[in-house]
Amino acid sequence: MKFIDEYRDAKAVQRYAQALKRITQKSWTIMEVCGGQTHSIVKFGIDELLPESVTLVHGPGCPVCVTPVELIEKAIEVASIPNVIFCSFGDMLRVPGISRDLLTVKAAGGDVRIVYSPLDALKLAIDNPQREVVFFAVGFETTAPANAMAVFQAEQQGARNFSLLVSHVLVPPAMEAILSSPENRVQGFLAAGHVCAIMGYTEYEPIARKYRVPIVVTGFEPLDIMQGIYMCIRQLENGRAEVENQYSRSVKREGNLAAQKLIRDVFCVVPRKWRGVGEIPQSGLGLREKYARFDAETRFGIADHTADEPAECMSGLILQGIKKPHECPAFGLRCTPEHPLGATMVSSEGACAAYYQYRRRTSETD
Amino acid sequence: MDSDLKTGGFVCPIPIEQYPNVLLAHGGGGKLTHQLIEKMFIPTFGNSMLGSRHDGAVFDISSQKLAFTTDSYVVHPLFFPGGDIGTLAINGTVNDLAMCGARPLYLSAGFIIEEGLPMETLWRVVQSMGVAAKEANIQLVTGDTKVVDRGKGDGVFINTAGIGVVESRYPISPASVKPGDAILLSGDIGRHGIAIMAVREGLEFESTIMSDCAALSGIVLSLLSNGVEVHCLRDLTRGGLASALVEISEAACVHLEIEETAIPLLEDVRGACEILGFDPLYVANEGRFVSFVPAHEADRTLKLMRNHPLGNQASIIGTVRNGKRGLVTMRSRIGATRIVDMLSGEQLPRIC
Amino acid sequence: MCLAVPGKIISIEGTDPIFRCGKVNFGGIIKQINLAYVPEAKIEDYVLVHVGFAISLIDEAEAQQVFDYLKQMGELAELEETK
Repeated sequence: MKFIDEYRDAKAVQRYAQALKRITQKSWTIMEVCGGQTHSIVKFGIDELLPESVTLVHGPGCPVCVTPVELIEKAIEVASIPNVIFCSFGDMLRVPGISRDLLTVKAAGGDVRIVYSPLDALKLAIDNPQREVVFFAVGFETTAPANAMAVFQAEQQGARNFSLLVSHVLVPPAMEAILSSPENRVQGFLAAGHVCAIMGYTEYEPIARKYRVPIVVTGFEPLDIMQGIYMCIRQLENGRAEVENQYSRSVKREGNLAAQKLIRDVFCVVPRKWRGVGEIPQSGLGLREKYARFDAETRFGIADHTADEPAECMSGLILQGIKKPHECPAFGLRCTPEHPLGATMVSSEGACAAYYQYRRRTSETD
Repeated sequence: MDSDLKTGGFVCPIPIEQYPNVLLAHGGGGKLTHQLIEKMFIPTFGNSMLGSRHDGAVFDISSQKLAFTTDSYVVHPLFFPGGDIGTLAINGTVNDLAMCGARPLYLSAGFIIEEGLPMETLWRVVQSMGVAAKEANIQLVTGDTKVVDRGKGDGVFINTAGIGVVESRYPISPASVKPGDAILLSGDIGRHGIAIMAVREGLEFESTIMSDCAALSGIVLSLLSNGVEVHCLRDLTRGGLASALVEISEAACVHLEIEETAIPLLEDVRGACEILGFDPLYVANEGRFVSFVPAHEADRTLKLMRNHPLGNQASIIGTVRNGKRGLVTMRSRIGATRIVDMLSGEQLPRIC
Repeated sequence: MCLAVPGKIISIEGTDPIFRCGKVNFGGIIKQINLAYVPEAKIEDYVLVHVGFAISLIDEAEAQQVFDYLKQMGELAELEETK
């Protein structure tokens, strides 16, 4: 497949690996902020190819993982309402709330459906005027244009039975929260390529300057990640702290202006709670007042939930890159994909699940 | 014979004007059940054992090792590109017998039908089973029909059980797998799972991918009749190639090493996996199997498999190594190694 | 956030910018994709697709830079070795 296969070329990857070994003199800790990059790194075994002194940590780049328990509980509540068709991306179905997840609701008779696109949910609403259709709008900036379009088209087409349960989060505030933490060990970032395809990367320039960290906008294929890491290490070795764009075939500095326009039209910036991290100001998106009738929380009068994380779950520390999954005492024992304690183990992009699936028995290969 | 019936025909033999839908009475054991058996099942599967209209089928089998298996089929939707629940019901059980190194001979079929199922639908499924039975060279010799209240079934569920005679001289099982054995895969993976996805509501896409549903007894028997020392066989079903390998590695307590680049994968199956976020290793198949043979037999086995229409993309995908416990590792196309484990649940389409 | 896949536009329908969509080919699989966010895209162009939307037009010239970079690094490394 074009624009995929070329970036999985073994020889080219090996050459980047050798180049990395040549230029790396000191120890460095780099964070990648995207579940898709975590997935790629672990799936292709990219971390095996890095110099020993380079540590890759996985940040809160999985919107599924960072959706607060309270919101999962709200989703469960809405999905359990008779006559509601609750639509979601597949990722969200197994994320645990306090004691149940959306799949449990489905098993109990709730009409919970997986869709590929928010427009599929809108189509369901138009085809089923007598039902209420709710879409679980989770995601980073990458998914915001799609969700915005669903609301916009719903309005244009006069759909009165369509609403969104919104849980959008923004990357730059999360990066700042990590960098401003006194326990921060991250020295460089790989910025999420697809988030930047939408938003561009001007927002990262002040962050790079303020905290003196190099930030490299990086893609998702093995070659992209190797080149992104190379560019980041090169900056670190030379004492530079700038924003660079590795993923230039898909990302422009200003991003996608048409998408940004619709996002601004439909959404506004709000505070959001991040599971395992806590509330970060100005870190989420919510529907604007003029689209309030498409907000499922208002439409169904959903009360606020409060919920505590299981005490043993340290997903917060993992999301901030302070601990690695295998450093959690519950990892692989009391916390497994079958019985997850937190979202980082459930979502296939979560650092814990990725580690569990691909690395769990590394000691046995020795 | 009734004038409604055409031999090998496409016309549903139950008078549709009278019974466009299956009724509870069709499972009641009375006249309507009788009509279903006489007009639909017996003519389709036509053999003297079924024709004796007895409770069970009785037949002679020479004093050899027998293989016996059963499976139930609940797939939804009932019809998908390349097959339907009927083809699966026959081939699935035939394949389980083949994986025992047996020549499949006789199958039973139990139908649990939901009240209200269009008769035409049942007829299409039964026809498919008739065709699959012929292609697999088996006879359906006994069966049962029940009808449940509307809402208590999913159209139709089918259980098939099968008997075959073991033709392998060596015991085929994970226990026979030895370090040094070669691992062969009979063809490209992922077609069945993706064919089903393509017609699942909410995920539709245009594709020409057909399920790979097929009877594997022919290709397996060709290996056995050519004297290949087969140590183990496993057909890939739900859970894909990865699950089959992990199950064997754990049962045999060995380390299986495979190469990503050796695994055949069609371009469009790959495209579908990319957009849904699926790992092809875990996507369902219904007409593929892995075999474990001694290293010195690998090339000959590959040639034999490739000579068969169902094995023309066969490939040697890895080797068995010593291991303290079950482990499967894969060298990725970029040269690094990762562990292949079972998934805890069904693979769900992802956006992340 | 992250799963976006490149595909080739094979047909385009609609003139309304918001409802403009097209058939995109991913290695043989064809899906109907909304093209509102890539107004400049034409048939035969490659776009990056996420949840049913094209979010970026792939720049074929830039796509080469990963390999040009590698080549430059290789030449640099050789230079250093000959010093």
